[in-house]
Amino acid sequence: MKVNIKYFASIREALGQSSETRATQAKTVAALRDELLAQSPAHAQALSRDKPVRMALDQTLCDESSQLQEGCELAFFPPVTGG
Amino acid sequence: MPARVAIQHQDFDLSAEVAALRQGDMQVGAVCSFVGTVRDRNEGDQVASLELEHYPGMTEKAIEAMIDAAMNRFDIRSARVIHRIGLLQPLDQIVLVAVTSAHRGESFQACEFLMDYLKTQAPFWKKEVTPAGARWVDARVSDDIAMARWGLPPVKG
Repeated sequence: MKVNIKYFASIREALGQSSETRATQAKTVAALRDELLAQSPAHAQALSRDKPVRMALDQTLCDESSQLQEGCELAFFPPVTGG
Repeated sequence: MPARVAIQHQDFDLSAEVAALRQGDMQVGAVCSFVGTVRDRNEGDQVASLELEHYPGMTEKAIEAMIDAAMNRFDIRSARVIHRIGLLQPLDQIVLVAVTSAHRGESFQACEFLMDYLKTQAPFWKKEVTPAGARWVDARVSDDIAMARWGLPPVKG
């Protein structure tokens, strides 16, 4: 299936891209994050599980157990700092 | 009544926003508002400017959900949240939360609830320019503690 991935703030800068569409067999956020972590050293660092990385599935905060659907939108970003 | 949420580059006028929010509603006996502004210091360093990034679509959705939660939790009449994005300077206004209710207690509480909620869950990120260069602002533990006071669960990840 295809998943639309978005990156924001420091993660967007570290990866040098704000979005990508990815074909994947991953069924969960955890499995897709594993794929991304293995993609490059930059990915391994920016999306590391040692760092606080927030995730949102279809624009709602989620955790790694969330299930992916065809055409879904998955976002990775650091803890928010608005207000 | 105006839209409940606005994400915008331009500045806002507090008195105009409050006037629009309570216009014609004779049940309103209290208006509470919070305005956040840009400081010229953070973590001991001079801040020359601030760039605000957000997640278009999710930001609006998240804040709408926060206002729904405030409406369920407190007996309030209406609420409005404005958050600015883009390049901001010290002294600039950055965020407005305004709430109306029949009596003051509910609007005081709802205003603080919305601000605490927004601080920890609305997808905005600040990048500040200091003499040492530009840097992303770190999230504060005190913001998580403020949110926990309302019995809201911490954000995972």
